[in-house]
Amino acid sequence: MNTKHSRMASPPDVPIDPATRLALYRKMMEVRALEKRAYDLFLQNLIKGTSHLALGQEAIAAAFGVAMREDDYTFCTYRGHAHTLVRGASMTGVLGELMGRECGLMAGKGGSMHLTSVPHGAMGSYAIVGAHLPIAAGAAWSAQYRGTEQAAVCFFGDGTTNIGAFHEALNFAAVWKLPVVFVCENNLYMEYTPIGAVTAVEHPAADRASAYGLEPLIVDGNDVEAMFKVAQTTLARARAGQGPSLIEAKTYRHSGHSRADPAKYRPAEEVAAWMRRDPIKLYREKLLQQGVEEAAISKIEASVAAEVDQATEAAKASSVPEESIAMTEVWANGDWSWRN
Amino acid sequence: MAELTYRDAVAAAIAQEMARDPSVVFLGEDIAAAGGVFKATVGLLDRFGPTRVRDTPISEQALIGAAMGAAMTGLKPIAEIMFSDFLAVCWDIIANQIAKTRYMTNGQVTMPLVIRTANGAGSRFGAQHSQSLENWAMTVPGLKVVAPATPADVVGLMAAAVRDPDPVLFFEHKSLYATKGPVPEGEWVDQLGKAKVLRIGDDVTIVALAAMVPKALAAADRLAEQHGVTATVVDVRSLVPLDTQTILREVARTGRLVTVEENPRLCGWGAEIASIASQELFYDLDGPILRVTTPHVPLPAADNLEDHVIPSVERIVREVLQAYD
Repeated sequence: MNTKHSRMASPPDVPIDPATRLALYRKMMEVRALEKRAYDLFLQNLIKGTSHLALGQEAIAAAFGVAMREDDYTFCTYRGHAHTLVRGASMTGVLGELMGRECGLMAGKGGSMHLTSVPHGAMGSYAIVGAHLPIAAGAAWSAQYRGTEQAAVCFFGDGTTNIGAFHEALNFAAVWKLPVVFVCENNLYMEYTPIGAVTAVEHPAADRASAYGLEPLIVDGNDVEAMFKVAQTTLARARAGQGPSLIEAKTYRHSGHSRADPAKYRPAEEVAAWMRRDPIKLYREKLLQQGVEEAAISKIEASVAAEVDQATEAAKASSVPEESIAMTEVWANGDWSWRN
Repeated sequence: MAELTYRDAVAAAIAQEMARDPSVVFLGEDIAAAGGVFKATVGLLDRFGPTRVRDTPISEQALIGAAMGAAMTGLKPIAEIMFSDFLAVCWDIIANQIAKTRYMTNGQVTMPLVIRTANGAGSRFGAQHSQSLENWAMTVPGLKVVAPATPADVVGLMAAAVRDPDPVLFFEHKSLYATKGPVPEGEWVDQLGKAKVLRIGDDVTIVALAAMVPKALAAADRLAEQHGVTATVVDVRSLVPLDTQTILREVARTGRLVTVEENPRLCGWGAEIASIASQELFYDLDGPILRVTTPHVPLPAADNLEDHVIPSVERIVREVLQAYD
C-alpha cells in the first residue's frame, strides 16, 4: 500500500482486551457466513434481483460494529448486508429480506439493496451512489442539536468519491462540525473500472480530505484491529464535538461488484495477493500467535455456522408477504391513498 | 383578522410552528442572516437563534439530505430551496430517498419534513428560475404537495405541513409574495387535502392553483359581467392529497370543467383531474373538459413573451367561452 502522500492513522497504542478481540472475530465470521449463504441461496434461485457481497471486506464493518455505541447511527450502501448485521439485526431478518419473505427486516418491501433496522440504529442501505452522505450528516446534525453525543457512521465505496454529494456532504459536515464519521471502503474498483483510471488523485478519499480541512486517514481495511482503533478515535472525536472524520480503508472484494459480475477484469496476481491478505485468515493467525486458544476460535466458528443454518431454515420456512402490504406504509398513517 | 402579505405570512407561519415545537428547525441558503432572497424569512434568526435557523452552503443535496437525516432521527426540519427550479439539483434525495424510505422500510422510518420553495413565473427570470414544478412532485408516490394562493393559506397550510408526519413539498408562488390578505389572529392551522370553493356559479367550474387562482377569479367576474356565464372557482390548494370530492361535486353541479394551470401542458395536474372527472362524471358533463395551461415550451424572459405564454385572464375567458361553441 502506497501511503507516501498521506499519513497512516495513528490510534493510541492501547491493547485491545481479549473479549473485544473475540467479538471482532465473531462479527467478521458472522458477515462471512451470511454473505456466503446469500451467494449459495442466489445460486439456488431463492434470492432474486441482485446482491452486492462484502466478502473480503468484513473487517471494516466488524470493527465499527464493535466500536459503535448502541444508539449510534449507521448509514450504508447497497453493499450493506454486513453493516446492517453487525449492528445486531438478525440473520433471519436479513436472509428473509433477501429472499422476499414475511420474516424479512422490511417484510420484503426493500430487498437486498435497502436493508434497514431502525431499532438497531441501522438507518438504511442506500442504492443511489452518494445520496446517504448528506443524510448521515443530517442524522449527525440531529444528534448535535439534541445534545445526545450520538455519532453517525457513513460507509461508502471508492466510486462515491467522484460524485457531487460526497463533496457537498463533507463540506457541510465540516462547516457545521457534525459528529459523523465517513468511511470510504476502497476496494480498488468502482463497479467494473479500476478507481485509479477515473480519479485525479491516488487516494480517492484521503487525498480529498484536506479540501475540507480534514486529516487524511488511510487504514489497512483488512486489519480489523487497526480498523477498530481508528473507529474508536474518530467516534470519540465526533462525540467530543470536534467534527467529522474521513477514513479511507484499503480493502478488496473477493467476488464481483454484484451478482451479475464475474470480475474477470481483475488481474489474477492481484486477486491472489489480496486473497492471501484475507482479513479473517489474517486475524485468526494473529489471535493464535497472541495465545488465544484454538478451541475458543473454533467455538465461535461452530456457533456462527449453526446460527446461519438456523437462520436459513427459518427464512425458508417463512411465508411470502401478504400481497396487501404492497399497498401500505406510503404514509405515516399506514395508508397509500392520495385522494378522497 | 390581521392583514399580512403572502411574504410575511411565510415567516409568521414558520415562527408559529417554531415557537410551539422545539424540534422544528429551519435551514437553507441565505435564509438566516439575509432573511431570504425574497425576504420571506426576515426575523427568524433573531427570534430563534443560529442553532435553529441555519444558513447552508449552496449545496442543495447536502441541505435536503441533512433535512432527511434529521427528520429520520427526531427533528421536524423545514428546508428552503430558493427557486423551485433548483429542486432538479437534489431530486434524487427528494424522489428516491425522502419519498420512498418509509415504504421501503415497511414503516420503520417516519419523515416529518417540509421543503418550501419559490415557484412560478411573472418575474421575468427566464427558463431556469420561473417554472411551475408542482406536477413533478405530484408524480412521485410518497410526497405530499401543497401550493397556497393566499396569506391565510400560507400560514394554515404551512402549519398543517409542519405538523404532518409525512414529507410535504410546499410551493410558494413568487408573484404572490407582495399580495395582501386577512390571516386569522392567534394560532392558525388548516388541513391538507381540502380544496376550497371560492365563488359559486352555475355554468362552469374553473379549477385553479396558486397564482392562477386570482386570475381564475378575475376571469369569472368578467365572464359573468360581459358574457352572462357564471362560474364556480375552486382553489385546489393541495395536489396530494387531492380533494376530488369537492372538485367532482362542483363539476357535477355545473356540468363543465376547466382547469387553469401554470405548468407546461404535458402531464400537468389538470390532466389528472380531467381524467378522474371524465371517468367518474361522464354522464354529468355537458361539454368537453378544457385545460388552460402554459404551452409546452420553456419559459421566455422578456415581458411580452412571458405574458404571452402564461395563462392570462383574457385567455381563460376566451377558452372558457370556446367550450360553448
